[in-house]
Amino acid sequence: MNELVLEVKFVSMKKWLLIGVALGFLGLFIVIPLLAVFSEALKKGIQLYFAAFNDADALSAIKLTLVTAAISVPINTVFGIVAAWAIAKFDFRGKNILITLIDIPFAVSPVIAGLVFVLLFGSQGLFGSFLAALDLKIVFAVPGIVLATIFVTFPFVVRELIPMMQEQGTEEEQAAMTLGANGWQMFFRVTLPNIKWGLLYGVILCIARAMGEFGAVSVVSGHIRGLTNTIPLHVEILYNEYNFQAAFAMASLLTMLALVTLGLKSLVEWKTKKYVNGG
Amino acid sequence: MRKIWMMMVSFTLLLGAAGCSAQTAGSKNSTKHTVELLNVSYDPTRELYEQFNKSFASYWEEKTGQKVTIKQSHGGSGAQSRAVIDGLEADVVTLALAYDIDAIAKTGKISSDWQKRLANNSSPYTSTIVFLVRKGNPKGIKDWDDLVKKGVSVITPNPKTSGGARWNFLAAWGYALKKNNGDEQKAKEFVTKLYHNVPVLDSGARGATTTFTEKGIGDVLIAWENEAYLAKKQLGNQFDIVYPSVSILAEPPVTFVDQIAKKHGTEKVAKAYLDYLYSPEGQEIAAQNYYRPRDKQIIEKYHSQFPDIHLFTIDELFGGWTKAQKTYFADGGIFDQIYKPK
Amino acid sequence: MLKKLIRHRALPGFGLSMGYTVVYLSLIILIPLAVLFLKASTLSFTEFWRTVTDERVVASYKLTLWTSFFAAFINLVFGTLIAWVLVLYDFWGKRLADAIVDLPFALPTAIAGIALTTIYAPNGWIGKYFAAMGIKIAYTPLGIMIALTFIGLPFVVRSVQPVLQDLDTRYEEAAATLGANSMQIFFKIIFPAIFPAMMTGFALAFARALGEYGSVVFISGNMPMKTEIIPLLIITKLEQFNYGGAAAIAVVMLLFSFILLFLINVWQWKTAKKQQMI
Repeated sequence: MNELVLEVKFVSMKKWLLIGVALGFLGLFIVIPLLAVFSEALKKGIQLYFAAFNDADALSAIKLTLVTAAISVPINTVFGIVAAWAIAKFDFRGKNILITLIDIPFAVSPVIAGLVFVLLFGSQGLFGSFLAALDLKIVFAVPGIVLATIFVTFPFVVRELIPMMQEQGTEEEQAAMTLGANGWQMFFRVTLPNIKWGLLYGVILCIARAMGEFGAVSVVSGHIRGLTNTIPLHVEILYNEYNFQAAFAMASLLTMLALVTLGLKSLVEWKTKKYVNGG
Repeated sequence: MRKIWMMMVSFTLLLGAAGCSAQTAGSKNSTKHTVELLNVSYDPTRELYEQFNKSFASYWEEKTGQKVTIKQSHGGSGAQSRAVIDGLEADVVTLALAYDIDAIAKTGKISSDWQKRLANNSSPYTSTIVFLVRKGNPKGIKDWDDLVKKGVSVITPNPKTSGGARWNFLAAWGYALKKNNGDEQKAKEFVTKLYHNVPVLDSGARGATTTFTEKGIGDVLIAWENEAYLAKKQLGNQFDIVYPSVSILAEPPVTFVDQIAKKHGTEKVAKAYLDYLYSPEGQEIAAQNYYRPRDKQIIEKYHSQFPDIHLFTIDELFGGWTKAQKTYFADGGIFDQIYKPK
Repeated sequence: MLKKLIRHRALPGFGLSMGYTVVYLSLIILIPLAVLFLKASTLSFTEFWRTVTDERVVASYKLTLWTSFFAAFINLVFGTLIAWVLVLYDFWGKRLADAIVDLPFALPTAIAGIALTTIYAPNGWIGKYFAAMGIKIAYTPLGIMIALTFIGLPFVVRSVQPVLQDLDTRYEEAAATLGANSMQIFFKIIFPAIFPAMMTGFALAFARALGEYGSVVFISGNMPMKTEIIPLLIITKLEQFNYGGAAAIAVVMLLFSFILLFLINVWQWKTAKKQQMI
């Protein structure tokens, strides 16, 4: 009896120790930086905080950031679903190489990601004279920013879907086919409902990254105020103008977007659990 | 099956094309009533051009009835130069050093004799390199010699990535050269000692200022005169400016980009924009933003702000930017040698 | 085996989805990266070799590698621990803790860099206590490591978490039937099961750290031979209008990351296959 009590005590002590260490680590590495952003943003009071957003350049940066995300995320989502289908549901040679290539944007330095598009579409680049002849602008304009964003957010949706679809196997789809469904019916009635929460999670991460990308976008943007500046670039500008409070205010906007995104994600996961338990 | 395939591919391409075509509209500037200029500049000129652009716009409208909007792009001088080379459609460039404009001229976008097109080497304003120290100058810093003393911590950005930092380097080098009657070896020893007192090499001039002012690192910041004044003004009166006995005459050049201005039909207004920098109004604005004006009368008016110190030019001591860049800042150059492990 | 193949063939859309994947991958990833190789090939081989084996460059490979490795290692240990705590224990604020793990994915790197520098600079919230002890964090390799740990944290947690979730019930059963003590259970049952996931997380965090620029450049101090990371050297080359040199260093880094990721993917695929056979 006594021994059992002791053991329970020991177990719960160990448990709280582990929880303490884990939360301490999260606090040190994540919560404190988060607090730093907000404390700097609110340093000079709430009024100045909101004043930071009431500026033509800030508004245009917010708009461009939203437009960029609105274009790049759907493109990568479509790709993500299609590629995950091919990779998870079929066996073929070179699968590992394909997956590794999809992973590459995780590892490529953002600076390089921007540079390659300059090398391709810049006026000294491979397609430079061709584009100049047509009077098309890609780098130092919105298309370049969108391309760079697509590049860096490329793996998020696929990587989320592949393990999920692999785990689910092909039985349900097989059954649907046997019952006489055509390809699209099968996809929309069976596959999509099965992956919808994972898909949403991937999309959410993709949005967050698309809005927050700095390095790659910085190389291709041209930094024209009110025209080709995204929120992260505008933060840098404000910071460089010694306008730290406004810089952190804009940064807090992105941080809040990140937090909202993560909130959504938790909701998604909670729903998934309910869905799994219910089904 | 094939149809869907085609649909998907064209979907992707269409989205791309939509993005491109959105950009082509509105880039023509030939209409009479409004005109748009893009001025691609380096970091410290933000405040200067904000004020100057407003002044020029009203001047131009009064003179010609044409409305002009000026878009600004700021960044590191070298990165900005590269952006123009790679296709950023600047009508006007106003950079930190002639080397960066020379690089654009090499591609043929700017006529190779650009520096002779405007007065004073195409530099409508100048600046120099000074020291920013903490209030009351606790370390008693008076001249370059104090920067190599033991226990003095110096903040300056990385000359490999920052144009401003190159001026800082050459100013120190020039001082040592003059002091030691042109002995290159002694100059190298001096500068090496100086850089051993540098704890952080930020990638840009503004980053270095922030490190010094906000993070509280270092006893002295080597900076542009205009940056030092601006930091003092913007960040509260916690700093003093110290003028060394000798420094370099920094001449930030300006020019229009022939190819782009021609394409946009903005040659006339671009030239007028640059000329206006030399006008009394432009010179006054430069002085108000702590750049030394060329105009004798205006520099007289702001005399208390711009004390006379002995200034040498880059041509005089280093034979121009191309040569200086190659000797000191290229890979394996003298700056790299300073950091070679012994 | 044959049956399996035939069964697979019954599902539609392989040609379509595969074709689309390859076309899109080529457009967005392969062609752009091929340009990098093209640019690097404008150098002669000796030039290329001299560029990528230059003393400064080698010093920064070393720095980038070891700081990335240690950051990934810290994440391996603490990331696994966090996943463990999040899956196995219930406590107040668990959902919140779970949510903020992803913050480094979502927070722009430049902002992370500025915030971390603000905290760890000698006059920062945390930096000042270390400064009082004579330890410098910002502007040293330690600062770089902190930034890299920050950006890599979600990779390990998110790789290990689902596997642990799967194990959860099995773990309880095993414990009950075997009557084994918890240490034995951990090393005999749990650890082998989560090890592949841990390695995946480690590799992704490591690969991500190798290329990181935005958050590091603010906190590193950029001292040649000491705190200069590879992406900064690439920028330095560009500043001299040396596109070939920049591409050369980029290519080396790219190949390194590719090999690393490829090995992990192959290894993971093999262990997955082994598990399937059991």
